[in-house]
Amino acid sequence: MTGSPFLDSLRWLGDSAHWTGPGGIPLRTLEHLGYTALGVLVAALLAVPIGLYVGHSGRGKGVAVAAAGAARALPTLGLVTLFALLVGIGLTAPLLSFVILAIPSLLAGAYSAVESAEPATVDAARAQGMTEWQILTRVELPLGMPLLVGGFRGATVQVVATAMLAAYVGSGGLGRYIFQGLGSQNYPQMIAGSLLVIALALVLDLTLLLAQRLTAPPGVRAS
Amino acid sequence: MTIHSTRRHLLGALGAGSLALGAAACGSSDPFDEGGEEGGGASDGGSGAVTLAIGSQAYYSNEIIAELFAQVLEAEGFTVDRQYQIGQREVYLPELESGSLDLLPEYLGNLLQHYDSEAPSASPEEIHGALDEALPEGLRVLDFAGASDQDSYSTTSDFASTHSLTAIGDLAGVEEALKIAANSELDVRPYGPEGVKEVYGVDVTVVPVEDSGGPLTVQALLDGDVQLADIYTADPAIAENDLVVLEDPESLILPQNVVPVASEKIDETAATAIEGVIAQLSADDLVELNRQSVVDQASSADIAEGWLTEKGLL
Repeated sequence: MTGSPFLDSLRWLGDSAHWTGPGGIPLRTLEHLGYTALGVLVAALLAVPIGLYVGHSGRGKGVAVAAAGAARALPTLGLVTLFALLVGIGLTAPLLSFVILAIPSLLAGAYSAVESAEPATVDAARAQGMTEWQILTRVELPLGMPLLVGGFRGATVQVVATAMLAAYVGSGGLGRYIFQGLGSQNYPQMIAGSLLVIALALVLDLTLLLAQRLTAPPGVRAS
Repeated sequence: MTIHSTRRHLLGALGAGSLALGAAACGSSDPFDEGGEEGGGASDGGSGAVTLAIGSQAYYSNEIIAELFAQVLEAEGFTVDRQYQIGQREVYLPELESGSLDLLPEYLGNLLQHYDSEAPSASPEEIHGALDEALPEGLRVLDFAGASDQDSYSTTSDFASTHSLTAIGDLAGVEEALKIAANSELDVRPYGPEGVKEVYGVDVTVVPVEDSGGPLTVQALLDGDVQLADIYTADPAIAENDLVVLEDPESLILPQNVVPVASEKIDETAATAIEGVIAQLSADDLVELNRQSVVDQASSADIAEGWLTEKGLL
């Protein structure tokens, strides 16, 4: 112990004893990533099709925007507690909350991706005899792909930063270090857990930023 | 005690769980609305009255006890500046040491561990004695109450009767793997899995549920996700759900009897008034006071006034 919690947290991270076993950093990190991936994927299955439909047809946009906005305002810790009281402790309650957390970004990403295609381009595609499905998958989606990936980026960063709440109701993940450190005044451990979450969020954010760049079609990259 | 209470309030604020809501409902006093500047508006209460600043943790039960003290001190002619819902020991103990606060209800074991983290579990009398040594200059503890609010190994009455359990040691005879729902720090506490193994020969694993014995912890026990739960002994949920608190004959769990910690401004008159409350505050009384807050949603001022009147202290 050096007296500085930040230095001590780095020391905590460097301690090889914390890198092995069922409570070790690799396993907790994998759990954390797993919860994040599961939350974002389930949310994507719900939100992306709806977003694509709304963006393509222009129907229900007001409802989608309002619903996404309202969902953003829900406090996730409150949701976790509410769901856990209904379905019991474990992974279901936090996972449901992560899905709700991820939906707004994904929904907004999906409909704005489709909407971003120039109306003239879409009309031209239609005039050439493309079906609506072809217009969506061959014109609108490729053009708007960076925005759709951007939706995934926002959702992923939010969920990875919130996935520590899984540990609030009996599951694992990096939140274990944070909650236990807080409860036992082991601040180096708590800060170390937070640093790991921050690092994960940065890595995921930069990876998806790169994906956003790479998915931009050559013609629109300049914009 | 401080951390769990903070979270309980957070939950309440988020609108989850009626228990937590009850806790928050009682914590509505605004720490800024009393104009509690030291020396500022003091001594305007009649015959040169002394102003005493009373604090409380951000824990509804602690605020009720603080309010008991406040009302008897007012009846003695003191002016009281209420500084409730302060939060963590790391914040309010320095305030007591510096003289910004004069009185706060504390808990024996946790208070001692704050000043001496190596302090072993002992009887309430021994801890009270050790506190006299451990407290910094200018602070002292008054008598402690029969009422306590401490960790417990609790179970459902069904599970207790099936396995004829009355004490923690009886768990050694249970065949199935035992899990206890508790804040994750129980894992590293002396009375956690390591302690029960050593003292009682019982194997348990902690299932972390971070609401400090609140509704989620109780729910996990009632759902059968765990066989045991760490629920604070003054929690009305124990009686409400007919839970059984397993006895701890070896004093493994740190006793947390209510004890007022006081600055030098608390003179003999004040101390006598406070100890009059302490002398009558039994374990059952504290549970009942908490019940009125959590279940009846009464304010701490009303709860305190009712109890003090009933006990003839007002």
